[in-house]
Amino acid sequence: MSSANLLLYGRRRAVNYIVLALSYAATVAGLLVLFLIMWSLLRNGLPAFGIDFFTQSTPPPNGEGGLLNAIYGSLVMTAVGTAIGTPVGILCGTFLAEFSRSSRLAMAVRFINDILLSAPSIVIGLFVYVVMVVPMGHFSGWAGSVALAILVVPVVVRTSENMLSLVPSGLREAAFALGAPQWKVVVLVVYRAAMQGMLTGVLLAVARIAGETAPLLFTAFNNQFWSANMDGPMGNLPYVIFQFALSPYAGWQQLAWGGALLITLAILTLNIFARLLANWSSFEK
Amino acid sequence: MTFEITPMETPSRPRPHLINMPAPNRENGPAPGQEAAAAKAEIKDLRFYYRDYEALKGINLALHDKRVTAFIGPSGCGKSTLLRVLNRIYQLYPGQRATGQVLVDGQDILDPRQDLNLLRARIGMVFQKPTPFPMSIYDNIAFGIRLYQRLGPRQLDERVEEALRRAALWDEVKDKLRESGLSLSGGQQQRLCIARAIAVKPEILLLDEPASALDPISTQRIEELISELKSDYCIAIVTHNMQQAARSSDYTAFMYLGQLVEFDTTETIFTHPKERQTEDYITGRFG
Repeated sequence: MSSANLLLYGRRRAVNYIVLALSYAATVAGLLVLFLIMWSLLRNGLPAFGIDFFTQSTPPPNGEGGLLNAIYGSLVMTAVGTAIGTPVGILCGTFLAEFSRSSRLAMAVRFINDILLSAPSIVIGLFVYVVMVVPMGHFSGWAGSVALAILVVPVVVRTSENMLSLVPSGLREAAFALGAPQWKVVVLVVYRAAMQGMLTGVLLAVARIAGETAPLLFTAFNNQFWSANMDGPMGNLPYVIFQFALSPYAGWQQLAWGGALLITLAILTLNIFARLLANWSSFEK
Repeated sequence: MTFEITPMETPSRPRPHLINMPAPNRENGPAPGQEAAAAKAEIKDLRFYYRDYEALKGINLALHDKRVTAFIGPSGCGKSTLLRVLNRIYQLYPGQRATGQVLVDGQDILDPRQDLNLLRARIGMVFQKPTPFPMSIYDNIAFGIRLYQRLGPRQLDERVEEALRRAALWDEVKDKLRESGLSLSGGQQQRLCIARAIAVKPEILLLDEPASALDPISTQRIEELISELKSDYCIAIVTHNMQQAARSSDYTAFMYLGQLVEFDTTETIFTHPKERQTEDYITGRFG
């Protein structure tokens, strides 16, 4: 090998090391931020966890209390929002992937869905404010759920369409070749094959709306007292965190940390669960 | 360098049908009195288009009942396309269309009024790659039966067992019917697909290179299966493997560039082909 070639190789090796080092540094930096967030949440939020935290409603300033009303409100509105948004999203994704893959209508729906997917959530909150809160004359848990459902739909549409498209066409042909009508092919065969991916998409959508504040600001608003009434304003974790963290009262700040930790743990759990579910099939084999 | 494939000399596979069978008359179907080899399907001037590309250029031939017809020819010659016309599976895809006639028991299945689901229940198909459904072995077989019949649990059990026995898979899976069809090996999966196809008791069975993704032992089992199934079905098989065509079929159609070059008994095609192209292909001089 000539010396020129060796020189070239040496340079390439040096560049390789530098880039590799930068990559490691970037990875460490990213993980460090995550770690710092988790650590400060645990350090400040864990002391707030106690029986009162889970059994008492939000207190007045300098009073004793917990986040029961906010936890309950968040759980219920997330559940109702998911229950409304998931069927709509899956049906729409099925339409796009199975029934109308390349029609003009499908292209338009896909385009609009992408816009909805990236729409700022506060805009969706304002939209629901105008179409639900104003006509009804008051904030309500229903309005909050609808706003969250509108966030769920585009995520589920996208993931279910993608997951259905991944099902090999040979599987569909095999089912059609037995004389199965299309709806049976889709429901009995294709859905089964895409089930895990679609469930993962729903879980990720749930994780996304569980921490949303903006769509609830103008819809469910907040309720500092215990209320299971979906027709009135409802407490919810993100809003309470927002309100309490900015307050000058130590007790409220403590609860805000606790709420932040709780919501982070819940979303972390959902994400881990979604990941496990996505990998489940490969574990099975 | 040439080599002759002489299927008749392999003693392992008795082929009683072939010995006294007269060559089929292409124009008028089988000779009178040949009930066992009656024409089940007649293809008349079949043309097929992928958008503007003509993939089949006027095919005429007959598929005989209780006989195996093999389609051979180089890749892209249209043999799989021909098979996909027979159950109109091509119609799942926009831009594909067929003209001409395909008469099954005298009825034109290309008629737009033909109900596709009923047609496909009558004409089963097995694909190149095994396609077990993501459900249990039992449900894979029961899937097709349940589409068109309401059976009690015991009757259904019997039908599933019968299909698996016919596909020579029963002994291997009888203790794990509730396990996923995906847990089987490739060869077992393909036999599962054949069992699934025959469970609905079709009249015609279309096999699109059913053994091309399998190892030699699984291939042999599939071929044995084909010769057993022949007694009940009209079978059409597409294959790239000429030994396979020679071993397992009664009639052979050689296709090239969307045209049917030669169609005759397998014995004739492999021993005295009339066309030069056929001879070149089966002797390996081109392909």
